[in-house]
Amino acid sequence: MSIRVRNLKHIYEKGMPTESLALEDINFDVEDGEFLGIIGHTGSGKSTLLQHLNGLLKPDEGSIIIGDIDITSPGISMVEIRKRIGLVFQYPEYQLFEETVAKDIAFGPKNLGLSEEEIQERVKEAIKLVGLDYDKFAEKSPFELSGGQKRRVAIAGVIAMRPEVLILDEPTAGLDPKAHKDVLAMIEEVHRRTGNITILVSHNMADIARLSDKVLVIDSGRMVTMGTPKEVFSHREELARVGLDLPPVTQLTETLRDRGIDIEETILSVDRAAECIARYLKKKENSRC
Amino acid sequence: MKENNMEPIIKIENLIFEYRKEEETPPVRAIDNVSLTIEKGSFTAVLGKNGSGKSTLAKNLNGLLIPTEGVIYVNGYDTADDNHIWDVRQSAGMVFQNPDNQLVSAIVEDDVAFGPENLGIDPAEIRRRVDKALEDVNMGPFRGKSPHMLSGGQKQRIAIAGVVAMKPSCIIFDEPTAMLDPKGRNEIMSIIKELHEEGITVILITHFMEEAAAADRVVIMDEGRIFLDGTPSEVFSQGDKVRSVNLDVPLAVELAARLREKGIDVPQNIISTEEMVEFICQYE
Amino acid sequence: MLRDITLGQYFPGKSWVHMLDPRIKIIATLAFIIELFIVDNFIGFLIAGIALGIIIAISKVPVSYIMRGLKPILIILIFTFALNIFMVDGRILWQWKFLKITAEGLEIAIFMAIRLVLLLMGSSMLTLCTRPLALTDGIERLLSPFRKVGLPAHDIAMMMTIALRFIPTLLEEADKIMKAQQARGADFESGGLMKRAKSLIPILVPLFVSAFRIAQDLAMAMEARCYRGGENRTRMHEMKFKKRDYIAMILMAAFLAVIIAESQIL
Repeated sequence: MSIRVRNLKHIYEKGMPTESLALEDINFDVEDGEFLGIIGHTGSGKSTLLQHLNGLLKPDEGSIIIGDIDITSPGISMVEIRKRIGLVFQYPEYQLFEETVAKDIAFGPKNLGLSEEEIQERVKEAIKLVGLDYDKFAEKSPFELSGGQKRRVAIAGVIAMRPEVLILDEPTAGLDPKAHKDVLAMIEEVHRRTGNITILVSHNMADIARLSDKVLVIDSGRMVTMGTPKEVFSHREELARVGLDLPPVTQLTETLRDRGIDIEETILSVDRAAECIARYLKKKENSRC
Repeated sequence: MKENNMEPIIKIENLIFEYRKEEETPPVRAIDNVSLTIEKGSFTAVLGKNGSGKSTLAKNLNGLLIPTEGVIYVNGYDTADDNHIWDVRQSAGMVFQNPDNQLVSAIVEDDVAFGPENLGIDPAEIRRRVDKALEDVNMGPFRGKSPHMLSGGQKQRIAIAGVVAMKPSCIIFDEPTAMLDPKGRNEIMSIIKELHEEGITVILITHFMEEAAAADRVVIMDEGRIFLDGTPSEVFSQGDKVRSVNLDVPLAVELAARLREKGIDVPQNIISTEEMVEFICQYE
Repeated sequence: MLRDITLGQYFPGKSWVHMLDPRIKIIATLAFIIELFIVDNFIGFLIAGIALGIIIAISKVPVSYIMRGLKPILIILIFTFALNIFMVDGRILWQWKFLKITAEGLEIAIFMAIRLVLLLMGSSMLTLCTRPLALTDGIERLLSPFRKVGLPAHDIAMMMTIALRFIPTLLEEADKIMKAQQARGADFESGGLMKRAKSLIPILVPLFVSAFRIAQDLAMAMEARCYRGGENRTRMHEMKFKKRDYIAMILMAAFLAVIIAESQIL
């Protein structure tokens, strides 16, 4: 499975006086098993792009080929698309509606027309994958849960559809530090276990740098750059121009470099930063003696 | 210390707050014997994970919730005293988390006028206050707009203007940036800092460490009690303790801990990125 | 797309119509609606239509904007049109099995359709040209004489203000929920009536939950801002009749006279 996006273009309110360009010239590939991070400030076109990948919006030009099918071709069945691609919206807990957690998670698989046994099996698996105890949670009302738990249940509802591509739009927005960590760890775990393509949209540069194989930067509906986190975050000026920051640790090490301290360029993790800084400081100590 | 010569604006004495989820269930203790004094003109950050009691505490500070036991004085008024509840709420304004769900009117300036109108202020004076408050949050040009056309950060600025127009001496911000993007978050933080510089007492409830570092006092709550209380450097230098209640520490504190593991002697008072940079550059 | 609904929305402007006292505008709108029901011939509608046209022209609200607001009620319009055209007996113009169109039916159908369109355009002009808070203030002042008989004038007005503020928010919310459920494979378009009605549950339940959450948050926020009902409350926008309001009143009376006279004569 891979994703090929070619010359994607989308115009909002086409033909109306308020017509505006939402996406243009979007070209990228995601290979099997990759983790793609998407960054861009609010209103840059990220959400529009995600909705295209899931068939909720149709492009005005261009194509999106997932595996061997072009999901933009007319007459393609929506069920076909949704079997392959799962999309988790921002604040997904606001979509919960069933009486029990198990029933809510079963909603997606049911819509795919699966057998009752298959559905039950998937519900069990999904609850486990998001790190909740089936026996404890299956029969609870989703409205009784804590914020972090609700979020997991909502994500489980998409995971239970076993998408080959899992797209998450700011899955940790509004969570406290603990729930934030837990939800990210869960996403990593699902990615590792299922080997799916995961696409993560986030404003948290540290998360993006840590998790992504590739990072796509988008601004005003156009691609700014795409590459490994190291490549992308080495373009400090370019990112600043589109209103994006470096990960905090990279900001710190780049400031050090600006001040003339000789350490590695574009450090993305605290571990690596500690290593390089310690080495530098020890060298300085030794040169004194 | 300084507490003796500063005037308190909020005084919490042995606060206990309990609530029942349902009629029959035993009460849940959300706040368990908290005493705290907030000085006039100070900037206090209250940190804690979800369910630590920090939001409940905030709602107790302006009489939205009334103590089960203990007393809270705001500007000298007991929050449980019905005769002065409006004085309490006028003195201690509140900005909430969700930018959408706290704006009353479909027009920006009418929304800002809502509070002063409730106070029964003269129309001409309301007009002056609304204009000034909108200027304060840099939203003057948006006065005639409808809130649903604005970004989250802009809506939150309107909510702040609505409180500022009531001329409170203290503003309680209950996780005002939790639902905003980084740009909105920065906007709100810089407005909070400006208001503080203008002399307004600020209480900021948050779970973002970088925001708490801007305060001059940090209170960490856990399980309804005060877990740590001190200046940002006093509190954050206890990295392990902060982490033990499921909170993050600022980057510089984390980095300092790693450097110490590697045998570098980093002073305890380094808590901000700038301080860390200075330390490394001046290391000998 | 759902954001485009203009019914009940305010269109900011500084025209003469915008500046009028809300009380005048409310009374004028009520008068206009009554007039539409007095009218019993097409010439009456023509006069009403011209009057409305003049008001729209003065207000500078784009006609396309008003029309967009009519879109959601198109179904109601078609429904009443169909009902009238097929249900009225008379001189048969066209017939297919049990369906027949009569000259009388056609006339009534067109008549009712014009009435409905004028009614909706007229009343949407009120909300388009009046700030929501001014509107509710106006309602409150107009209703306040009835407070003595126990009518909660202020509360009614406040409820309307809040409804106006949160209609777009809830529509947006509905849009989001719908998309989220679609992404989970929900299908709102196919199947029979029962199946379609059932498919709305995944939208309606979360929407209700949202509405309750908003209500709770908002009540808290309003209390925090010292809201305590209508007593001792002042207003930033004071309401005093100005010269233009008296002119409007005279024009309104004249218009009413013309309409009544016209329906009596013809």
